Amino acid sequence: MIRLDSLTKVFDTPKGAVVAADHISMEVPAGEICILLGPSGCGKTTTLKMINRIVRPTSGKVFINGDDTTGMDTQTLRRNIGYVIQQIGLFPNMTIEENITVVPRLLGWDKARYRERARELMAMIALEPDAFLKRYPSELSGGQQQRIGVARALAADPPVMLMDEPFGAIDPINRAVIQDEFLKMQQALNKTIMFVSHDIDEAIKMGDRIAIFREGRLVQYDTPDDLLTAPKDAFVESFLGEDRALKRLNLVKVREIVSDEIGSVTPSDTLETALARIDDFGYSNAILMVNDKRQPAGIVSRSVARTTKGYCRDHFQSVPAAVHLDDDLRKVASLMFAHDITWLPCVDDDGRVCGQITQRAITSHLGSRYRARQAADATAAKE
Amino acid sequence: MPIQSMKGALRALLLVAVFAAGVWSHSSGLIDDFLWHLPDVQYLAVEHLWLTAISGSLAIGVAIPLGILLSRPSMARWAESLMQVLNVGTTIPTLAVLALSMSFLGIGTVPAIFGLFVATLLPIARNTYAGLKGVSPALMEAAAGIGMSPTQRLFRVELPNALYVIFAGIRTALAINIGTVPLAFLIGAGGLGELIFTGIDLYDPVMMLSGAIPTALLAILVDALIATIAFFIVPRGVNPARQ
Ligand SMILES: Nc1ncnc2c1ncn2[C@@H]1O[C@H](COP(=O)(O)OP(=O)(O)O)[C@@H](O)[C@H]1O
Ligand SMILES: [Mg+2]
Repeated sequence: MIRLDSLTKVFDTPKGAVVAADHISMEVPAGEICILLGPSGCGKTTTLKMINRIVRPTSGKVFINGDDTTGMDTQTLRRNIGYVIQQIGLFPNMTIEENITVVPRLLGWDKARYRERARELMAMIALEPDAFLKRYPSELSGGQQQRIGVARALAADPPVMLMDEPFGAIDPINRAVIQDEFLKMQQALNKTIMFVSHDIDEAIKMGDRIAIFREGRLVQYDTPDDLLTAPKDAFVESFLGEDRALKRLNLVKVREIVSDEIGSVTPSDTLETALARIDDFGYSNAILMVNDKRQPAGIVSRSVARTTKGYCRDHFQSVPAAVHLDDDLRKVASLMFAHDITWLPCVDDDGRVCGQITQRAITSHLGSRYRARQAADATAAKE
Repeated sequence: MPIQSMKGALRALLLVAVFAAGVWSHSSGLIDDFLWHLPDVQYLAVEHLWLTAISGSLAIGVAIPLGILLSRPSMARWAESLMQVLNVGTTIPTLAVLALSMSFLGIGTVPAIFGLFVATLLPIARNTYAGLKGVSPALMEAAAGIGMSPTQRLFRVELPNALYVIFAGIRTALAINIGTVPLAFLIGAGGLGELIFTGIDLYDPVMMLSGAIPTALLAILVDALIATIAFFIVPRGVNPARQ
């Protein structure tokens, strides 16, 4: 857990005092990722760096796991906080192994232990130990260096991590890959993480909570969903963007709104049966055909079923797409738009059909939060 | 291809020239003249190297700590102006430095070593300072953020990353040093300058060259030696010679 209590930093500059962080109070629960988000110069980095005292607070306190860090020895404090900077900052004079074992060596681990740890870390960040440990940072690609930067921060297994735009310097494709890897790692590691970003999409993807900063002040601190549904003021609203409702699509998994009920036919059914089912289920265009393993095999359209005689196996079209239970709604919506359809079959890990997702279900899910809020506002107004 | 063949032709021409020079110098007795100076050359070269070794190690021993000290954040206020002073120092001709040193310390080995020490000190201190200041702030922040103490930062991050530049300073400085030692003869310190200046005084070019050529060879030799040391000491990741 990280708790900031009225944390303030005033820089004395030749042009006068700059309040970079103004009485920031917030709490990141253990095991969560908190994203500090805001435009450039709003004090995210300053706030982050006050936690490991790269920047000395003017006033206010930082608590880590309940302990006031004010009186702690700076070196000890920092060795217990993983730190990843945007410029990566790998030591070019050290091999990859030396880089990622820096903190364990500072902590006086014996050689066998830290070498073992180096291999563990490499496995964690999906880099081959034998291929990389003896190389130097300059021999690695940007993405690989960034992974090593994360590994170095994780080396001594600190409970808390600070990351300042850690994936900012990587190209978009690699960034998405590293973000996914990092989230997967975090599921196993459960670190308490403060993460600076200026990218709203990254924030929504990575954050359990998002703190929006403006000119040194913490404007809003909420879960991504709450933030997107209920931005506190015009600034937050404009920062989140006009398409903030769409951004919520990222946050919802198919699993949450899938409907188990889906009508289907098998290849051996007649087209007559297919037409009857289409009508029974009230589908407007077509019905899904599944094979004997209940995997999607095709679709039988209403027009064909009405005008033709025969068996489904001879009169189907290919399935345009299917989505997995763990896909997010953004992918679903994108597939629907791409194929001009209003529903998609959902499959489980074995590729078996387990339900369907409709455009209506998506819009109604997205809308429910707004309706609930309007209702609450209306009740509040009456009282 | 034409360039290749031209290079080949030049090389052949050079070999012929060297051979002809050898034949001529032998027949004219030049080689015998040089050989006559050989015992002196040997003795004076050793003396020369001693002067370099003593003044050079003193300079390295003082300049590197000085450069480190000036590069500390606590010195930031003074460092730049002090570096300016050092920079002005390098523009003073070494002969003038020796002359000044003589006027304070008199004649002999001690003022010579002192003068050489001063002339050698500056490039090393300057490169040490520049090398340390040149370590990227991101690296320093990473080192601090990881929990290294200032001393650990210096020895594990700053110095290794500045080492290549520091060695470049040492190479320059020692080249200057070896080239300056002959001047030290003028204030009575010995070395190959004895042959050079006596040769000039006596209008004896052979004598002069038997001092000058070994001096040049020593400079090249010492430079190669330091380059070799740097090759092995500067970590591979920050060593342009090994990439
Ligand atoms: N060392 C410093 N000295 C003076 N002003 C600073 C310093 N560091 C940051 N600032 C100022 O503090 C404000 C917040 O900076 P910063 O925390 O880096 O913003 P962000 O990370 O959100 O882009 C900016 O106005 C910046 O100019
Ligand atoms: Mg920043």
